[in-house]
Amino acid sequence: MLDTSSDSGPQPGIHQIIAADGTLHADEVLSPFVADVSDEQLVQLYRDMVVIRRIDTEATALQRQGQLALWPPMLGQEASQIGSVRALEEDDFIFPTYRENGVAYCRGADLAGIMSTWRGTANTGWDPHEFNMATPQIIIGAQTLHATGYAMGLTMDGKESLSIAYLGDGATSQGDVHESMVFAASFQAPVIFFCQNNHWAISEPVGLQAHSPIAGRAPGYGIPSLRVDGNDVLAVLAATRWAGARARSGGGPSFIEAVTYRMGAHTTADDPTRYRGVTELEEWGAKDPIARVRALLTARGKLDAGREAEIAGQADAVAAELRAGCINLPDPDPMALFDNVYTGDHAILDRQRDHFARYLAGFAATESATTTLEGSRS
Amino acid sequence: MSKLTLTQAINAGLRKSMEDDPKVVLLGEDIGTLGGVFRVTDGLMKDFGSHRVIDTPLAESAIIGTAVGLAYRGYRPVCEIQFDGFIYPGFDQIVSQVAKLHVRTHGKVTMPLTIRVPFGGGIGSPEHHSESPEAYFVHTSGLRVISASNPQDAYTMLRQAIACDDPVLFFEPKRRYHSKGEVDLDADLSRAPAMGAARVVSAGTDATLVAYGPLVPTALDAAKAAADDGVSLEVIDLRSLSPIDYAPIVESVRRTGRLVVTHEASETLGLGAEIVAAVTERCFNYLEAAPVRVTGFDIPYPPSKLEKHHLPDLDRILDGVDRVLGRPNSLSGLEG
Repeated sequence: MLDTSSDSGPQPGIHQIIAADGTLHADEVLSPFVADVSDEQLVQLYRDMVVIRRIDTEATALQRQGQLALWPPMLGQEASQIGSVRALEEDDFIFPTYRENGVAYCRGADLAGIMSTWRGTANTGWDPHEFNMATPQIIIGAQTLHATGYAMGLTMDGKESLSIAYLGDGATSQGDVHESMVFAASFQAPVIFFCQNNHWAISEPVGLQAHSPIAGRAPGYGIPSLRVDGNDVLAVLAATRWAGARARSGGGPSFIEAVTYRMGAHTTADDPTRYRGVTELEEWGAKDPIARVRALLTARGKLDAGREAEIAGQADAVAAELRAGCINLPDPDPMALFDNVYTGDHAILDRQRDHFARYLAGFAATESATTTLEGSRS
Repeated sequence: MSKLTLTQAINAGLRKSMEDDPKVVLLGEDIGTLGGVFRVTDGLMKDFGSHRVIDTPLAESAIIGTAVGLAYRGYRPVCEIQFDGFIYPGFDQIVSQVAKLHVRTHGKVTMPLTIRVPFGGGIGSPEHHSESPEAYFVHTSGLRVISASNPQDAYTMLRQAIACDDPVLFFEPKRRYHSKGEVDLDADLSRAPAMGAARVVSAGTDATLVAYGPLVPTALDAAKAAADDGVSLEVIDLRSLSPIDYAPIVESVRRTGRLVVTHEASETLGLGAEIVAAVTERCFNYLEAAPVRVTGFDIPYPPSKLEKHHLPDLDRILDGVDRVLGRPNSLSGLEG
């Protein structure tokens, strides 16, 4: 039988810089990559995490209030999202899953645009070329191939840039993910596979997907990998810089397993109480990515009450902007059904569009006739 | 008789099949501990064990492909694909292997797989959760394809599908999962209507309306609304999409002279295209008007705020009925 227990105990081989209690520890591999990070920069990383947690709280509330159809919470995974995206250059191209909404925010995507996917007013809410970030991928693992192909293109163009594919522990079971590692290794593509092992694929524990640590798979394909504490923003930042340096210097692909935990539901449609206990939640709650940085910064005298209030104020402002943007998203025009299916004319679809316009016009005519009739009666 | 929801009826059908045949095993994502994202398999792992209700890793190609191997070993696998839009990674295994192994082996190997697929829209989901991929499978020789529209049919047809030695795609109308109906849990399977048989669900004389899965209740609503307007619609629940049972459709159209087919899937090369062609071949001299399709548009499934415009509803079906009856309709005055 499969061992499906989740590996939440002490983790040998997991690289870490900031421990759960906020103490700093030198890591032979990672520390050199973040030696330049100042206290002030750490405050900025802290700020990012606080803001995206506030985004998550607000979006979850909006879903409960019927303003969003669905929301995939990122609670607990803030360090993984922030540490990775803040290690990237602006022209590095991101291929996310559906959960990297904090990453999208950091890339500058409009908050209302991010929400449009989850409100159901649009399938996706930003221009990938404007932000060098593809839109949310729902088909598990599909984006890893896209990232690999993009990286192959970078090599062909002689660019010193990279692509990064976000994926989860569940995705590592999909054929696409394995095929992408084969291609990435064969063509030495400058791609980072950034796997957030959040321990749960809806109801399935990571032990069902992987019988040994996920990071152990990549070397089999000839891809160096690191297993890092995904709740440690500095460790994630360092690991992503490590992979980035490899990609930019012609070193080819890298794989990062960020060991984190999905504190919330898979999506707001999910009920995790059916499949996991409170002990595990408490255990991971004690490893919170934000609390440990707060403890560290406070101990170093870099985070007083005033600074905390200022950051909380910014987070609240972002949440207010998100709420207003979300609620004010207009329902799309029915004729938008036919937009952008093709780049140009398509005889059959154009005919359907014309017929549907006539169909809708029939209702308008009926309504206006009814109105006139009622008007004449009064 | 028991009053069950569609999900409860499917659950009961799975349970009965597992009780009747120890070779029936279930495979899928989140079907065990969670009981499926729609709770269709609720309680089955507890009652039958994790060796018969198997939570699989996240890989649809592997779910289908390993079911092929289990079938070689004499098992009767029932695969759950979590959402319609997730079936495509398993498409290769279905089309190239599942559908062809019986003919490839000169009939020596059977592939008694059942592949359950919640399908269709109307539940406000994001991308890839509302698709109607049935035509791909109807187009693939070697597969049987069915869709139940009510709890009784779901219970019976699922058991028939699992008992069938051919591979069967079982499309579940997910937006009807909570609809309730009387189910005879003790009915003798051998006396039930054949899995491949269509059924007249509302008799009528003026036009024939063919639907399946999620649109059968909508078609019945349309028949009621039409009746208020003095129009008598005969509604046929297709039930089996491959093979299509033409006998009751042809008999009906020869009486009514008029045919409307409706489905959520897009129009081009959908089931409607096939049914209109076949009925025209068989009923040409009886037709009083060109048959009409009322379908989803030829577009990728739209965001949920637009789906009510994409999915055929009562008004669009009645507009199609008006067309075959030559009454004023949205296309009046248009040629061709």
